[in-house]
Amino acid sequence: MLSFIVRRVAVAIPTLLVLLIISFWLMQTAPGGPFNSERPLPAQVLANIEAKYGLDQPMWKQLVDYLKGIITQFDFGPSYKYKDRTVNDIIAQGFPVTLKYGVISFVLAIVVGGALGIAAAIRQNSWLDYFAVGITIGAQVLPNFVMAPILILVFTLWLGWLPGGGWNGGQWDHVIMPVIALSTSYMASIARLTRSSMLEVLRSNFIRTARAKGLPDRVIIWRHALKPTILPVVSYLGPAFVGMVTGSFIIDSIFSTGGVGYFYVNAAFNRDYAVMMGLTFLLGSMTILFNMVVDILYAWIDPKIRL
Amino acid sequence: MSNGLTTLNPQQPRTAAMAERMAEVKGRSLWADARARFVRNKAAMISLVVLVAVFLFAFFGHLLTQYDNETIDWNVLGKVKELGKPSFENGHFFGYDDSGRDLFARVVQGTQVSLMVGVIGAGIAVIVGTIYGAVAGYLGGRIDSVMMRFVDIAMSVPYMFVLILLLVVFGRSIEMIFVGIGLTAWLDMSRIVRGQTLSIKNKEFIEAAVATGVPSFTIIRRHVVPNLLGVVVVYATLLVPQMILTESFISFLGLGVQEPLTSWGALISEGTSTMNYGTLWQLFFPLAFFVVSIFAFFFIGDGLRDALDPKDR
Repeated sequence: MLSFIVRRVAVAIPTLLVLLIISFWLMQTAPGGPFNSERPLPAQVLANIEAKYGLDQPMWKQLVDYLKGIITQFDFGPSYKYKDRTVNDIIAQGFPVTLKYGVISFVLAIVVGGALGIAAAIRQNSWLDYFAVGITIGAQVLPNFVMAPILILVFTLWLGWLPGGGWNGGQWDHVIMPVIALSTSYMASIARLTRSSMLEVLRSNFIRTARAKGLPDRVIIWRHALKPTILPVVSYLGPAFVGMVTGSFIIDSIFSTGGVGYFYVNAAFNRDYAVMMGLTFLLGSMTILFNMVVDILYAWIDPKIRL
Repeated sequence: MSNGLTTLNPQQPRTAAMAERMAEVKGRSLWADARARFVRNKAAMISLVVLVAVFLFAFFGHLLTQYDNETIDWNVLGKVKELGKPSFENGHFFGYDDSGRDLFARVVQGTQVSLMVGVIGAGIAVIVGTIYGAVAGYLGGRIDSVMMRFVDIAMSVPYMFVLILLLVVFGRSIEMIFVGIGLTAWLDMSRIVRGQTLSIKNKEFIEAAVATGVPSFTIIRRHVVPNLLGVVVVYATLLVPQMILTESFISFLGLGVQEPLTSWGALISEGTSTMNYGTLWQLFFPLAFFVVSIFAFFFIGDGLRDALDPKDR
């Protein structure tokens, strides 16, 4: 197990470096520096500004300094666009918001999706099963950017029950729609995966043996069938996490929730490379780390993987 | 061979009769079998009809309207809610958009872009992924592990960030979307193809080809790839809606196709930002096209999978 973890970490670190080097290199080669504006600055001023931000250094030196800043002081440097704000300020402002609705969505998708899938599999071909299958087929064509406008249309414009945007310190009525919009399609995928996986497990020999021994259904499902059932679901958690992180770009721009997605998309429009770089690093390392944890979890559940 | 036949001469009438009987029972190829199974699948057949209609709409839709997707009707601008409703009388079947342009023409044009991104993007991914996976799987050994380790690392880089970065750095254009999507979409395909290749590689007919001295790349081209086609076709159909989803996502954020060009994602985004004004048709038409087409693609993909790989059911 330990050697598996070591090997897995050994893949994660180069991946993160690849992501960093690609993003850094891309931004360096981009035509037009961050301080090129409509009215050209005097050469002397430009040189001073670039020296202040360290842009006159060779690229590898900038990258090393940048990494050193992050690792030693968790300092992502200043924003190129907002002179009075650092990337750290932006993260401090947006990250708690994203984290709140992101974690709720993720947990909700797993719990509701998993429960729906298991219930449908246990009562195969009942009305509950048809209901679950219908929902999951429907929801796979409802990605966040389709769900969000429909939700606003129904609950804000027609019914007037929920506010159509804003965050307001994360009060529940501001959280509901972002969470539903973000989690629906993943919930559906998890339900689908759980259902088909559970059906397959229930048909296998060791479950037949358990039934033959006369074990009650409850014990068969929870003690014997659950663990092999969740394996494919666990391996789906990685892609689901990535999807939700990128989905937050949509959520933040539709619901004006003010999470990091809003700043990322804004930085993309303003070519604020420092903010893009910082958020790419933060969210990218989170996804890579999460994928690593999922793989280790998978190996822990299924010892065959470690070979 | 002919020698053997002459010694069996007394039995010839029987073999001839057998041959005759076999000619009566028409042999069905694997593909004919699959086609029969697919045709029996109602959801897939309906989806196919729907999808053909959507493609026809994209190619010939502009012939149905006298308006184009760029002309602004200044009389309607600012009063879209009152004057811009969909109507058959004035020929604006889907109404006006927020800038006073004909929405029907815009949807036709957006459908073209979305379908193009889906089909061409999936096409590139399939070709590159199949070649890469087949080569890695067939050659095996050290080359295989290096090639697949590269795929592992590339797959765990969150591609949406790279895609957005590319669009920001090199400018937002449809070509850049192709490049960005193409960079990552083939990875999955190459894994699937490699797995299949590994299982095909050990079959006797490959051994026979190796024994007769056929060069590796000819074996890959003539024997391995044709046997992969079933899997490739299924995944290609499922890849198309994924490409469309990715492009729509990017265009929804405003980072994808740029005006006056549009796509489903960009149109849905416009519809979302204007629904406060009560011009719901701007949201409804693109959304309907998007949802119906993605549905159809998924059903066809599922149908093909059932048809080509019956043991998977």
